[in-house]
Amino acid sequence: MKHLIDPLDFSVEETVELLDLADRIAENRAAYAHACDGKVLATLFYEPSTRTRLSFEGAMLHMGGSVLGFSSAASSSVSKGESVADTIRVVSCYADICAMRHPKEGAPRVAAKYSRIPVINAGDGGHQHPTQTLTDLMTIRSKKKRLSGLTIGLCGDLKFGRTVHSLMKSLVRFGDIRFVLISPEELRVPDYIMQDVVTSRGTPCRVVENLEEVMPELDILYMTRIQKERFFNEEDYIRLKDSCILTAEKMKTAKPDLAVLHPLPRVNEISVEVDDDPRAAYFEQVQNGMYVRMALMMKLLGVKAC
Amino acid sequence: MLNIDSLEKGIVIDHIKAGTALKLYNLLGLDALDCCVAVIKNARSSKYGKKDIIKIDGKTDLNLDILGFIDHNITINVIDQGKIVEKRSPVLPKIVKNVIKCKNPRCITSVEKNIDHIFQLCDDETQRYRCIYCEQEFQS
Repeated sequence: MKHLIDPLDFSVEETVELLDLADRIAENRAAYAHACDGKVLATLFYEPSTRTRLSFEGAMLHMGGSVLGFSSAASSSVSKGESVADTIRVVSCYADICAMRHPKEGAPRVAAKYSRIPVINAGDGGHQHPTQTLTDLMTIRSKKKRLSGLTIGLCGDLKFGRTVHSLMKSLVRFGDIRFVLISPEELRVPDYIMQDVVTSRGTPCRVVENLEEVMPELDILYMTRIQKERFFNEEDYIRLKDSCILTAEKMKTAKPDLAVLHPLPRVNEISVEVDDDPRAAYFEQVQNGMYVRMALMMKLLGVKAC
Repeated sequence: MLNIDSLEKGIVIDHIKAGTALKLYNLLGLDALDCCVAVIKNARSSKYGKKDIIKIDGKTDLNLDILGFIDHNITINVIDQGKIVEKRSPVLPKIVKNVIKCKNPRCITSVEKNIDHIFQLCDDETQRYRCIYCEQEFQS
């Protein structure tokens, strides 16, 4: 039985296969309307999330399956002190597959250890978010027609931004990638990610604090929100939240074929005026997220692709 | 001076940092053995001044991997028919289980009960270990 806990749980070949299936679903969603008839997805969300949970639920419902679960720790047995291990043992009796979001890093790995059904990591603290990574890869590939030979700018909260860590780890496997890391000093990529992705592989990388100076060199700009819930105190959050903002003015110096991605939700790091720019790809990204989760669940459930 | 007989067959864990043998005794689970085990504290050492020694009588098939993580100066002597038949230094274990704890307050191990604390060797050269759950590096 396969789980998806870390974006590297799938080989490059498996990832490409999955993205190909997601592309086919995007082209003809109706053909997959009964791909998961009779299957049940459990969404175990220990912290609030609208988009990821709805994306998973939408994905299963569009394939003819059904959904059960909880959307906060307060409404589950966790509030009574139940462990992750016990919760997944119980849920394994009710569902065929599970998507788990948890504020603690590594919780889905614990769940996978005790589960009898495939576990998908839907985000664990500031650690990993592999289905967002698949979404990002699908969007980059659809915009650039390739996943190598690209200069990728990552901007905002690169320390706690789990989508950034997952994306970096996954992208370097496709080769010939150059990173431009744009963030305040306090929010830089953690050392262990830098060691794995940049230092040990010799990946070209530039680290800056100012978005404006690097705009002309980027093929992809991946924006992230500076997340309040990742800070231990309000003071730090307020001081750092506005440091990396994308505006229409900054877009003027960018390449004509740049693609701007964002895992959403956005606060103020992308001005709304950028939404009308054809290079803004973040809403298309949301749509891709559902297709890629459909493909993922089909794969983990062993459903034959059409 | 205290005398402890030499072994006919067994293992001598030598050059243990003075004062740490009891900790090793517990980590290796030697309390569960039914054979004779001698823990010698503060023995004279020409190399270190003082050292601890553990002698295990009759057993040679113990898993001593964890010693490499605890103290790489330790030597392991395997004794058979009263002679040293193998002398080795412990190697760094790939996995360290329930010896150290993750200090990351965001790690699931900080709240989940009855969970094994497992660290994986991520770099032989720099001897760095990472928590398998949150990937945070162990800092002693």
